Amino acid sequence: MMAYIPHDRRARAWAGVIVGIFAALVALPPIGLRSIAVPLILGLVALTVGIGSWIGGERRLGGYGIAAGALGFVIAYLATRSSVTKLDAVVVWGALFAAMLRYATPLAFAAIGGLFSERSGVVNIGLEGMMLTGAFFAIWGADVTGTWTMGIVIAAGAGALMGLLHAVFAVTLRADQIVGGTAINFLALGITSFLFFKLYGAEGTPSDISTIPNVRLSFLGDGFIGDVFGSLNIMIWVAIVLVIVTWVVIFKTPIGLRIRACGEHPRAADTVGIDVYLIRYAAVVVSGILAAIGGAYLSIGFGNSFTENMSGGRGFIALAALIFGNWRPFGAAAACLLFGFSSALGVALQEYSLSVSTLFTALPYLLTLVAVAGVIGRPTPPAAVGRPYVKQ
Amino acid sequence: LSATPGPPPAHLPPAAPEPAGLVERYRILHKAEGLLAPALTLLLAFLISGVVVLLTTGSVIDTLNTYRAIFRGAGLNWFFQVGSYDIGIPFTDSRVWFPWNTDDFASQSASNLQQTLLLWTVLVLVGCAVAFAFRCGLFNIGGNGQYLAGSIIAVLIATELPKAISLPGPLLILVTVLGAMLAGAFLAGIAGLLKGTVGAHEVITTIMLNWIVVWVGSYLFNVGGPLQTDAAGASGAVPSSDDVPESAKLPLFWGDPLLQGLHIGLFVALGALVVYAITLNRTTLGYQVRAVGHNPEAARYGGINVARNYFLAMAIAGMFAGLAGAIDILGWQYRVDITTIQGATIGFIGIAVALLGRNRALGVALAALLFAALQTGTASRNLDPSIFAPGVGSSLAVIIQGLVILFVGADVLVLLALKRLRRRRAARSAAA
Repeated sequence: MMAYIPHDRRARAWAGVIVGIFAALVALPPIGLRSIAVPLILGLVALTVGIGSWIGGERRLGGYGIAAGALGFVIAYLATRSSVTKLDAVVVWGALFAAMLRYATPLAFAAIGGLFSERSGVVNIGLEGMMLTGAFFAIWGADVTGTWTMGIVIAAGAGALMGLLHAVFAVTLRADQIVGGTAINFLALGITSFLFFKLYGAEGTPSDISTIPNVRLSFLGDGFIGDVFGSLNIMIWVAIVLVIVTWVVIFKTPIGLRIRACGEHPRAADTVGIDVYLIRYAAVVVSGILAAIGGAYLSIGFGNSFTENMSGGRGFIALAALIFGNWRPFGAAAACLLFGFSSALGVALQEYSLSVSTLFTALPYLLTLVAVAGVIGRPTPPAAVGRPYVKQ
Repeated sequence: LSATPGPPPAHLPPAAPEPAGLVERYRILHKAEGLLAPALTLLLAFLISGVVVLLTTGSVIDTLNTYRAIFRGAGLNWFFQVGSYDIGIPFTDSRVWFPWNTDDFASQSASNLQQTLLLWTVLVLVGCAVAFAFRCGLFNIGGNGQYLAGSIIAVLIATELPKAISLPGPLLILVTVLGAMLAGAFLAGIAGLLKGTVGAHEVITTIMLNWIVVWVGSYLFNVGGPLQTDAAGASGAVPSSDDVPESAKLPLFWGDPLLQGLHIGLFVALGALVVYAITLNRTTLGYQVRAVGHNPEAARYGGINVARNYFLAMAIAGMFAGLAGAIDILGWQYRVDITTIQGATIGFIGIAVALLGRNRALGVALAALLFAALQTGTASRNLDPSIFAPGVGSSLAVIIQGLVILFVGADVLVLLALKRLRRRRAARSAAA
């Protein structure tokens, strides 16, 4: 029996996390145990393993284990108190995971955009504004040209301009990058609202706008896989590809090495002949393009309308995901999925109470705050991020 | 090389005497530059926004008319009614002579000006919140969250406390305001503490705290939330708090109580400016905060506890913002609802105020007046709808705010250009 308990520290910590997740799962459909005893035991096991790993030095995973154990038990407790019909209405795994992917996609685009910018050494808190720019210009482009593809292209162009503006001030003029990002957020809000009210007025955007279509994969059937992946928006697939491509570019190509060099030690990069300004300009422009595409998904993929300030803080969640994911593509993507899941769950929980579902929206920010506080292995930003570089 | 202090060797000719008043001239020039950069920034921002208006309206006359309408919408034309009038000093029977018509408190311009000053009150406070942290080298993006925390706690205390014990109005107001300041200080203190202890960047933590407050506030007052109003007229579906009791409302001293007159919070803001200036310039705490802001390593070497100052600077900044929240609640909002919580941008405008005001008390006061006038002047209900459709004008204000922040961030550029110009001129005169 003892032989089955993993000896490797990391594996043991992971086991704690998984047991914690199971503590919640056993009380939820389709298993749906109505007794609290099993989740309690599983939760305690996860908690013990988590604390053990935390003391043993595996802080991040141990912390996740502790959180999973405690949360798992709380969720299971709440589930056993709820009526079965309501529980079945809320916890539909296929729908929840599909919703998770939908909510995570705009975040992923913006977070990956932020990754390029920050890996090259330029802080980008203007992601929110770049996203909003993309959201407006996508719907305007799709309205004017009649096709969603041109909408995305125009959104990307507008995002690139925003990125260029940020780059001019952050790189060439060496202004404070946080001030610049704040200015971008203001400008984007002002410009998009100005044009929105000027062009569409009180009626809002027309409802017959060409939107980004879904990809129907009927061969996946009606099971769980089919429910999740059977009918996803094109942009969701693009986002998945983007994350993988970004990982390859950042960690496996000379360009990625140059970007990272500019973010870690620009003087060294300059010494070996890398044009720091060029790399930073390109990275910030790319971040503007990607964030704007994420915004385009909001206005013509997720829905088909634009409202004033419709990004509503998603750019900041993307920033949080980037930090939570430790400035790594897969880490950021995992954080986007986590935050997307919490959004999906928040919406589903409206079945119980409107106010509790709004509380769920605070979760990404709280998790990120806990992460940067260093409780569970602090994220380490690129060394030179936020510091303008002076050529010599 | 060994430097020996003492009089210059006798065989060298004595150094040319400094031209009289050179130091003085440089000092004035330096001060002028301090004003020049913000002035240029403003000019540039208004010019570019003018181009935006020009592009949309298509005529120069309309562009000028727009700015005039904003000026009127802010109520600034109230100052241009010539005559001899007087105004009563609050709490006394004395009256002060004013060159303009102070009995006119119900006209459009007076009402607009009252709106502008209401906003000025709050902008000064959030401006101080951002500026105080700036002086310690911290970028407080969390003014918005701290303001909201102040509003939420103010509503909580002012509505719940009278249910437990009955307090006289002024005492209730005092307790409410202190509670709101503590709430702001607590929220900002978290960011300061994390910066001082584990080195978490205050920009990240304050952004996260902003949104945590927004959504926790939405939870509290949303339909079904624990603090949502159960007033009879609300019929259970209004995502808003209870109203604060009459006794907790700040007394008005100018204007129509039914039309959001001007309350005594204005004097609190003036007092806060004085406190801000004195704390920074005349106290040990202020000296330490500025030393840390100037160079944390040098401050540490000089025996200043940097972590403690990070915490204190943020907590004090949070107090200013929390005070702003309480004053808005007790002064004219009287309740919070989730739309105002989620739509609040006041803390971000505070960043623009602090940047443009160069983190000085007088600068903050002037910049707050500018942004308050801009905001009020472009609000849909004040701006003449024949000039701009609803929503378009206030968007223009946001654009101007963005441009100001953008250019203020680069004002070093303006100064550098000036310096280069001067050096070139000096080189030319040396060559000649």
